[in-house]
Amino acid sequence: MTLAEFFYMGGYAFYVWTAYGICFVVLLATMILPMIKRKQLLRKLALKEQRQL
Amino acid sequence: MFLIPEPIGRFFHRLASPPHFYALTNRLMPWLVALFLILLISGLVGGLYLAPADYQQGDSYRIIYIHVPAAWMSLFIYMMMAIAGAIGLIWRIKLAEIVAISSAPVGAAFTFIALVTGSLWGKPMWGTWWVWDARLTSELILLFLYLGVIGLYGAIDDKKTASKAVAILALVGVVNIPIIHYSVEWWSTLHQGATVTKMDKPSIHVSMLIPLLLMALAFKFYYVIAMLQRAKLELLQRERTAQWVKKLITEQTL
Repeated sequence: MTLAEFFYMGGYAFYVWTAYGICFVVLLATMILPMIKRKQLLRKLALKEQRQL
Repeated sequence: MFLIPEPIGRFFHRLASPPHFYALTNRLMPWLVALFLILLISGLVGGLYLAPADYQQGDSYRIIYIHVPAAWMSLFIYMMMAIAGAIGLIWRIKLAEIVAISSAPVGAAFTFIALVTGSLWGKPMWGTWWVWDARLTSELILLFLYLGVIGLYGAIDDKKTASKAVAILALVGVVNIPIIHYSVEWWSTLHQGATVTKMDKPSIHVSMLIPLLLMALAFKFYYVIAMLQRAKLELLQRERTAQWVKKLITEQTL
């Protein structure tokens, strides 16, 4: 099987790769978003702590 | 607790303490991510490259390797959320409440993926993106249940009250779970019946079954990873005035 054949997916390339793409993006976002929000929260709490000192 | 041996009881008691849970999560994370990536890559190579094309559906069937595991996860996470919610409701364990609410976005993500990938598989095979049959409709209701849980939790300011409300909603919604699973047997539908989760031998060749199970296991690890990320955020938000959070911040800024 050549690389072009692999990506062609027997003519179903659009359906297969869109499905895998959406799955990848949604799962990545679900994992990364709380990590970003946690960093922001920790920064906010640290600032507040410094002001109180 | 008298039936539970002393060391196990102590383990759960320590686990339920927020700072200990936070530290344990940090220590476990690299191992969870490594196992997840190994399972994911071997599942993808097996499913997209090694497994043969289907004799009827050609290569379009390869959507199965995300569609079916995502649909299984949508039900599995719902049950985990309802059980954690019930534990929080009965024993007032804060960590159980946090696990329950942190499961909701991950469950919603998998339900969304199951619906969208199903649609992308339905178009070339059934000739339609969507039908209002029992399987698809009950799975859509599951998505609304997850979104309802997230919305309800966000709408109530007191997080103790919010957790109770969310646990009750999650428990009521459990009726939908057997409906989703048996919908393909109870009602006539375009959706095919169970291939793996039935009493009989799975009606799928082993070269297709192994990648499917690898992906299912990979998604289980993903759930634990993503849920714990959410739980850490939730825990910090709730305990922002606690001593251990203050210690965490000063350690980070130093």
